[in-house]
Amino acid sequence: MRELVIISGKGGTGKTSLTAAFASLAENMLLCDADVDAADLHLLMKPTVRQRSDFQGGHQAVINRSQCCECGICLDLCRFDAISTDYEVDGISCEGCGVCVDFCPLKAIDFPIKTCGEWFISETRFGPLVHARLGIAEENSGRLVSLVRQESKKRAEALNRGMIITDGPPGIGCPVIASITDATALVVVAEPTVSGVHDMERVIQLAAGFRIPVMICINKYDLNPEQTLAIEAFSKEKEIRFLGKIPYNPVFTKAMIQGETIFEYDPDSDVCQAVTEIWDNIITAPEMNYLAHLEFSFN
Amino acid sequence: MMISVASGKGGTGKTTVATNLACALGSEVQILDCDVEEPNTHLFLNPVIEKMRTVYTKTPIVDQERCNYCKKCAEICRFNAITVVGETVLTFPALCHSCGGCMEVCPENAITESNREIGVTEQGQRNKLDFIHGRLRIGEAMSPPLIKAVRSFHQPEKVNIIDAPPGTSCPVITAMKGVDFALMVTEPTPFGLHDLRLAVEAVRVLGIPSGLVINRSDVGDDSVREYAEQENLPILMEIPFDRRIAEAYSKGKLVVEEMPEWKGKFKTLFHKIEKILKKGR
Repeated sequence: MRELVIISGKGGTGKTSLTAAFASLAENMLLCDADVDAADLHLLMKPTVRQRSDFQGGHQAVINRSQCCECGICLDLCRFDAISTDYEVDGISCEGCGVCVDFCPLKAIDFPIKTCGEWFISETRFGPLVHARLGIAEENSGRLVSLVRQESKKRAEALNRGMIITDGPPGIGCPVIASITDATALVVVAEPTVSGVHDMERVIQLAAGFRIPVMICINKYDLNPEQTLAIEAFSKEKEIRFLGKIPYNPVFTKAMIQGETIFEYDPDSDVCQAVTEIWDNIITAPEMNYLAHLEFSFN
Repeated sequence: MMISVASGKGGTGKTTVATNLACALGSEVQILDCDVEEPNTHLFLNPVIEKMRTVYTKTPIVDQERCNYCKKCAEICRFNAITVVGETVLTFPALCHSCGGCMEVCPENAITESNREIGVTEQGQRNKLDFIHGRLRIGEAMSPPLIKAVRSFHQPEKVNIIDAPPGTSCPVITAMKGVDFALMVTEPTPFGLHDLRLAVEAVRVLGIPSGLVINRSDVGDDSVREYAEQENLPILMEIPFDRRIAEAYSKGKLVVEEMPEWKGKFKTLFHKIEKILKKGR
């Protein structure tokens, strides 16, 4: 089983549009949307949901006022300032550590499990999609990401799909770490802007720390030729495979408005040609195939 | 006053709006870059950094001599950050939320806390503008304590502009909680609209007044405008797609400096925010 995860560091560089474009080129794959905070892939994939499940991410303290003697022990112990002086728990600040619950001398604090979101197994015109929706202002996005990836693997194995394409979240924190661990390889979608380059370098450093192979492609490369050259030079210097570059073209936005991939919207456009080349480079890359012989030997 | 610039979706123009708004106002302003995973405002402001501070979070250390392997620490920890295997206590600092429960519950007082570095804050100046940002240590998962550290620099007598991270979960909430105004930045596309809805829901949960900036306002469709009207979300500014703005951004330049006519527009944006806040009082 190979898993390709699309990340970028910076948001809005085109991860989701590219993931969708790859989905229309790939054979025998399963899609996974690991950007559970602000999942957008379903807007292009228009999935039919086959299975819906609750995500129970943690617990939350609730003070039972009729039993509370206002001794103040919970107030002193809470490190998240989640308990007010009139003994109400602020659900947004409470991280569900349960320390107040365990130390309350009157056992006056309940600790109900909290549904923090839902996750779905769906069918799309390109294949199965596993995706999720984290509740607003909820914790545990990393755990939901891990869950969605595990379920993707299970589904892919059950359906004999050889590859998972995962749309990753922006940033370098908890959900990104949860998205990339144990992936076969990562595609970093870089943008030729000072912030795009800065953020790309940070996310590649993160991947290097986890020993995950990285490949780079550039989106909107003609926006700033100088920065594009800088990214190409960076990939050469760090010996990171350079997959190709995509010109700026409003086709991406137009396709998005139609709820289509770029290949459905305008297959003859220059961006489709560029993305096809990038995809060919991905599937033939040693980074993606270094396990291929192992799979062969186990069969 | 504290204004948080947020969006849900990444790459919609939060940093552009935050930096240009701060520079248009000139003095008595502080920018707080709370996108600590990928801070970018320094690339546009080039501040002279005067002070750097390492930010730590607490994680347990176990005195194996004192430990009697009662497993109470492992039982209280809801994050699986401490476990007892035979006669060894293992800690997993990356999972630790620093709640202090294990230390509190240990009957042998065998647990103390040590500091784990999660990142740095850097404080400086650009002309009259005060600058502060956080940089999360690469490999660190917990950004909220660092975001709180950045926010602790806020100066009540000044206009504080927070550049928030994308998304709708804990880091964004930490960057928005308790501010006076949430300035949402979106683009008029299906992704922009979908993520704006989530961000607006988050802002409502927090009970913060908000307004909208539509960036690249002429590239998509009308659904964001229709949504704003439906939700009574005032559109405070529209920035049309302009290759000169995109190029200035790509080079790390400020729009208000490259195209001075924008200075007035960003000032107007601020006055509109002030007006909304006055009305609300």
